[in-house]
Amino acid sequence: MSQNGTTSKISSFVILVVFVTLALSLVALIFAAAIVTGFFNTGSDVTGGYVLLALGVLGIAISTYVLIETRRRLSKLKIVVPPVNTIIECRKCGTKTVREFQRGDYIFKEDGPCQKCGDTMLITGIYREVKEKEKDKSQF
Amino acid sequence: MTIIAALMAVQTKLGQIGGSSDLTWILNILFYVIFIVFIFYGQRIQMYVMLREVEVSLYKLKFIKEEGRKTTIETIKEIGKPQADPTDKVDRFLEYFTISPQSLDPAGVVWKLEHILDVRDTRFKDEVKSMAPASDETQVNNLENTLEAASALNFIYKVIRHYYLLGKKTLSLYVIMQIQMILPLVMREAEAYASALKAFAYGQPIGDGAGALVAAKLMHGYENRKIAKDCVVATVPYEGRTAFVIKAEGPGGNVGKPGDAIKVVIEENEGNIATVVMIDAALKLEGEELGEVAEGVGAAIGGPGVDQYKIEDELVKYHISINAVVIKEDVGDAVSPMRKEVFDSVDKALERVKQVVVERTKEGDKVIIAGIGNTIGIGQ
Repeated sequence: MSQNGTTSKISSFVILVVFVTLALSLVALIFAAAIVTGFFNTGSDVTGGYVLLALGVLGIAISTYVLIETRRRLSKLKIVVPPVNTIIECRKCGTKTVREFQRGDYIFKEDGPCQKCGDTMLITGIYREVKEKEKDKSQF
Repeated sequence: MTIIAALMAVQTKLGQIGGSSDLTWILNILFYVIFIVFIFYGQRIQMYVMLREVEVSLYKLKFIKEEGRKTTIETIKEIGKPQADPTDKVDRFLEYFTISPQSLDPAGVVWKLEHILDVRDTRFKDEVKSMAPASDETQVNNLENTLEAASALNFIYKVIRHYYLLGKKTLSLYVIMQIQMILPLVMREAEAYASALKAFAYGQPIGDGAGALVAAKLMHGYENRKIAKDCVVATVPYEGRTAFVIKAEGPGGNVGKPGDAIKVVIEENEGNIATVVMIDAALKLEGEELGEVAEGVGAAIGGPGVDQYKIEDELVKYHISINAVVIKEDVGDAVSPMRKEVFDSVDKALERVKQVVVERTKEGDKVIIAGIGNTIGIGQ
């Protein structure tokens, strides 16, 4: 299913905050590099440089995380329809076939002759199979 | 308080290592600013975070609702072959409401409720027929269910939007908080309705039909007759007993009126019924296995309560015992296409029903076996 324009909108305020944080973090990194390499001639104390370096890295990490998270949330905007199977059985010879569900199928509907014995086939089941995620390892 | 203490510790540490450099002063001021901002605006920041969370879910709900509406219109066009575009009629249908009867004086409220539900059902069917003139009875039932699922999605979206906008307008933490707290459950329900909509549009059996499928398996191959509105009964001999097997008439999507059906069968047999066994899907608790079969007593039937009332009333009148067999599933599985686990447990439930009949009755007795639930995609 497709996403329409109105639902895929990302808040412009969030984008602004992310990009401002990103820009400030980059500035902090540049200053940090300058202090640590002695560009400003501040003497031997480079602790402030390391603090700025840490702040810059943290800022970049947070803004990147927010951007990725926003994209991930948007990609979740779809309705997943799992495949549904129809089981058709021959009551006489026991031949069993499984095919994808077709509109008009229902349980106990006669569905043409059996290819083996020619008797009428019957839809005996319609279900969907869901692959379970690994279960929570709770002892309860 | 922990955050503030941590900030102060960091500030002290920086003061120790940074000496009197300008950077230390900047950091000092920064920490004080953050401290003051959190004191005065902490709750407001928390509120904006909650509002943002509700907003993201609202986008998702809007998407689901729009998809539901689109699917419904497409299905009506495909099946019903209408002359004109049904979009306006569908939009009107999505806004339909039902006012429940006044219960200040509770005497007779069941019959008033039944009447309103009957009027609603007739009205819905008429609307669907006018939207989709080429559809047969089964398709009308399926389309009605599809429209009801789309209507439920529309309602959920509007309620959440209401609280979101109200919270934004009043900036009341408590308005926003209450909607944010129930949001995961609401989203689960909305997702369930979204998959239900697809199932109804295609006519696939849903998890709620597990009880109807048990009855269908019992009555298949035996002649059946219509006993009440949208309900059929078949007389099935089993282990020397006579079983009257009741289910909603399939394969169209409807639940019928099992209360009326059971009442008619009891009256036809002048109350000479040894026991009633009802089979239905029941909501499972987290931690319980999907498709678990459980047994008990009482009328296993959900809905607005009209049918349960009628069944209980009739059983009391003739002193008939009632047994229940349920198949456990969660709300999402109950309204979406039937899962394999539920389908497999239908045979287990069938065996349990047979066991109950053998244990609780003797040869020559008459029993009623009623499979409750939406019979969409299940014939007989």
